[in-house]
Amino acid sequence: MSVPPIVAFTNVVKRYGDGPVVLDGVCFDAAPGDFISLIGPSGCGKSTILRLIAGLSPVTSGSLTIDGRTPEAAAAELAFVFQEPTLLPWLNVGHNVEVAQQLRGVPAPARAAARRRALELVRLTGRESAFPRQLSGGQKMRVSLARALTLEPKILLLDEPFGALDEMTREHLNEELLDIRQQQAWTTFFVTHSVAEAVFLSNRIFVMSANPGRIHREVQVDFPYPRTEATRRSRPYHDLVSEVSRLLRSVEST
Amino acid sequence: MSRRLLNFLLPLGTGVLMVGIWYAIRHGLSEDMKFLLPTPDEIWAALAANSESLSRATLNTTKGAVLGFGFAVVISFGLALILSLSNLIRASLYPYLMILQMMPIIVIAPILVLWVGAGLNSVVIITFLICFFPLVVNTTQGLISTDRNLVELFRMYRANRWQETFLLRVPAALPYFFTGLRIAAVLAPIGALVGDYTAGSSAGDGGGLGFQAIIYSSQAKYPALFATAAVTCVLGFVFAGGVHILSWLSLSKWHDSYHRSDT
Repeated sequence: MSVPPIVAFTNVVKRYGDGPVVLDGVCFDAAPGDFISLIGPSGCGKSTILRLIAGLSPVTSGSLTIDGRTPEAAAAELAFVFQEPTLLPWLNVGHNVEVAQQLRGVPAPARAAARRRALELVRLTGRESAFPRQLSGGQKMRVSLARALTLEPKILLLDEPFGALDEMTREHLNEELLDIRQQQAWTTFFVTHSVAEAVFLSNRIFVMSANPGRIHREVQVDFPYPRTEATRRSRPYHDLVSEVSRLLRSVEST
Repeated sequence: MSRRLLNFLLPLGTGVLMVGIWYAIRHGLSEDMKFLLPTPDEIWAALAANSESLSRATLNTTKGAVLGFGFAVVISFGLALILSLSNLIRASLYPYLMILQMMPIIVIAPILVLWVGAGLNSVVIITFLICFFPLVVNTTQGLISTDRNLVELFRMYRANRWQETFLLRVPAALPYFFTGLRIAAVLAPIGALVGDYTAGSSAGDGGGLGFQAIIYSSQAKYPALFATAAVTCVLGFVFAGGVHILSWLSLSKWHDSYHRSDT
């Protein structure tokens, strides 16, 4: 690989205090623009990987660099989307979208342009003055995504962002996420429980095993982007979903 | 019949019924006992006859209530911010806050008179003492009940302490703050009246409603005493109404309590 990796895990071990080893010998390089899904049984440490990248907790041993720096130093390159939309209920959509920039210290006049762009990307232009309680689950998630996009991050961390949504909304948002990615080329780490979602979105899937958390197998997904509804109906897509599901079952049964 | 009309007619009907019962009881009293329960029109006449002293007293009590309530809001908010910082601070200070609430006002009043003198000073302090506890308890509860996911979001984005407090915890605590404020708003005029009754003075400003009540009862001006009670109630409604409007302005757009679908 000629480009230097944007995220590099080398033999990373993580344990909290004297607790059990959460991650054991995790090694991988992420190239800029990679869309990596982390999938595996609960306790496999997929969320821990996100926390380490976010610099919220140090590695116990091994090394982790983000864009050639420590996670702590690279914190400004990151944005997050959680399973809950985590909107501030007392702020309207427009102000909610600006919160991430506000916390990063971007002055108010400079926030407006990024807010407008992000809302346009998630197709919520015109809903700026609505309050979160007036939105559907899918719309709230879009606002949450827009908030992360205002930062134009190099790395986007998504922790089961669409897990609480119904199937149809989830599929729509998956397609929108890929559309937006065409315009803002982040490197993505995506934690999910849905194999279909992981295959549809990613170019790399890490199937993880638990106790201790390890990357059991990496699966490459070579379908070209942009992916659409037609991708979901194709034979190779279904085959890959079955293969990853089989891998996941084998991991969960051990 | 429309909901709106019913909402208007029902309380009106209750009121008419109660006034009716009032007149009936009065009618049933023997002539020498009628002084015990003046009729609404007699109370109204007493209100008019004593309008000068009553309005002066109302003004003074309002002053005491507003100042005591105001100080309670500001100081309780500051203390709640400190209390919300840690469990240890709460554990060390809560018992003493309870004592503040349990202190019997009628015992404290003469001490306050000794310390700061009878009149407005004492009235403000007594009102403050009565309003303070519900405010500080509710606001503290609000400040420590912030949605954990939102706190996590702020930590992920490396929010500093100032941002976490004023962009997250304080606005999230507003519904709790207003719960305390509603209780305190009803207590404030009563507190000022009790303060005035126990530590008031006619010196200087002529005293408030509590002091006026002492005068009327010593002069056996019973309708005027009822009028004093009525004025205090109106004052309470004004306070409560003011807080309800403030609460509506701050919460109605986003808080679920203003959007319940039950009937």
